[in-house]
Amino acid sequence: MEANKTWVDWLFWVLDSAAFKWFFLIFLLVMPLASLLTWAERRQSAMMQDRLGPNRANIGPIRLWGILHFVADALKMISKEDFVPEKAHRVLFTLAPILALAPVLIAFAIIPFGPTIYPHELHHVIDLRVATNATHAVSMQVYSVEFGLLFYFAILTLANYGSTIAGWASYNKFALLGGLRASSQMMSYEVAMGLSLMGVFLVMGTLEPGSMVLWQGPNPLHWGWAVQPFALILFFTAAIAETKRAPFDLPEGEPEIIGYFVEYSGMRFGMFFLAEFIEIVFLSAVMSSVFFGGWQFPFLYADGFHFAGWVVFMPHWAVVLIQFMTFGGKVVFFCWLQLAIRWTLPRFRPDQLMGLGWKRLLPLSLLNVMVTALIVWLLWWWGARDLQPPM
Amino acid sequence: MSHSAQPTTSPSGPEVVSVSPHSDKVRTVRVVRPPREDSSFLPATLKGLSITVKHFFKNVLTKSEVETIQYPEEKKPYPARNRGLHRLMQREDGTVRCVACMCCPTVCPANCITIIPAETTDARVEKYPAVFEIDELRCVVCGLCVEACPCDAIRMDTGLHAPAVEERASGVIDKDTMLGMGSRSIAVQGGVGPGWRAK
Repeated sequence: MEANKTWVDWLFWVLDSAAFKWFFLIFLLVMPLASLLTWAERRQSAMMQDRLGPNRANIGPIRLWGILHFVADALKMISKEDFVPEKAHRVLFTLAPILALAPVLIAFAIIPFGPTIYPHELHHVIDLRVATNATHAVSMQVYSVEFGLLFYFAILTLANYGSTIAGWASYNKFALLGGLRASSQMMSYEVAMGLSLMGVFLVMGTLEPGSMVLWQGPNPLHWGWAVQPFALILFFTAAIAETKRAPFDLPEGEPEIIGYFVEYSGMRFGMFFLAEFIEIVFLSAVMSSVFFGGWQFPFLYADGFHFAGWVVFMPHWAVVLIQFMTFGGKVVFFCWLQLAIRWTLPRFRPDQLMGLGWKRLLPLSLLNVMVTALIVWLLWWWGARDLQPPM
Repeated sequence: MSHSAQPTTSPSGPEVVSVSPHSDKVRTVRVVRPPREDSSFLPATLKGLSITVKHFFKNVLTKSEVETIQYPEEKKPYPARNRGLHRLMQREDGTVRCVACMCCPTVCPANCITIIPAETTDARVEKYPAVFEIDELRCVVCGLCVEACPCDAIRMDTGLHAPAVEERASGVIDKDTMLGMGSRSIAVQGGVGPGWRAK
């Protein structure tokens, strides 16, 4: 077997490497989506406000509703003057945008962006009763680890340093105040965000997003939103605050309360900007993985549709394709929802922000954890052993 | 001020329930807090989202409420009395109607009109403008020149904007240009000239 490896085996070996999967995920899925979001946000806000928005960027006759605006933006940012204030701390000033951007890109490693692919079975219908040969499985998750969501919290906390250091290194009082607002806000909401996912952890018995998706299965009534509805609302609110966007955009309200990257121009600013949009995509991916079944399509099992006794068998490649597109669709929907919220709600006052974080979200998420724990314990007592973590 | 159990309302501020007999600064007031369902922000968020999302889908699907005018391709017609670039009106024979009476440069608040009069052989008019220039960069588009003109020689009804120019000197438009935009006026130019004395 080892001696005569075909080119197909080598191809799968490359496809299964973490570096390749990360590259594929970031540069072919996340970056294009985040770049398009910079345009989509302006177009969507325009449509919500009865305007048309930017629709004119074109290459010759190719106009495509102005989608190419993100190319124009990138060219503009790259060709702008790279200005550093005279008294700024040059090293930290350069480091800050990287610290804002890198953690999000790293955190994507835990996202299960597709089902496990069995390359040798692509043209067959998977038989659920027979264990599939797992040695040739390509898992669509870069870093599958038991402490998955903790890894996400740990890594994204580092993004906090990006904003704070940007504010401090700029040698600008307004930027410093913005950086302080950013760090206080992100610190406050991380607590509620972590605790809201604890309820999900108690129910599903795992912190690994890939296992969470498998636990949820193809039945929409068994997904995270149904078993942990309060956690969904709490997590979504706290996570929007984490991305520092309206209604929680106090760290950088562009027109009035000048934010932490006021001294940044050109592509340095572009990195903060891109980091914000990648965080939107990341949050959408986490939301769909934890609460909306990830790549699970309703009633689509590995061998085809099962619904109320009806079974439609499908080859493995078709199932995989549908599940990939399902995940993409869910992510795009939650990106859209976040943009809609951002253009609907006015900004909070700082005291309202802190009040919401510490006096509402934190007690409610603690309550959610306690009630969930009680229910899980009672169910376990009465024999529902599948709620416990798989041993 | 005596202690009053009757609730009194002050025009500004919260409702005063009672006032201390010792000092009218010590008062019991009723604070109106927002109802619990409002302070949770959730219903208001959903209500707001329903409005914006409704607009979003209506505009994405039908563009029915979009107010935007796609400017270079699509222009909103100006109102009839819009004041645009100046033009000079013509007589029946195509010559300029202006008699260089100097009313418009006199009334012009921006001093943008230059007229150099010259004598004409036409028996009916004494002068004509040898030079008639308007600096459109200085013009404040007030329309007083049109009001002042006694013989319907200058109008601002072209509907054109002052052109974008690269040098200030190019912002000055001359007589021929303005006359080229002009047309024959149907207004009767008064009098029959100095010849009436001969009658």
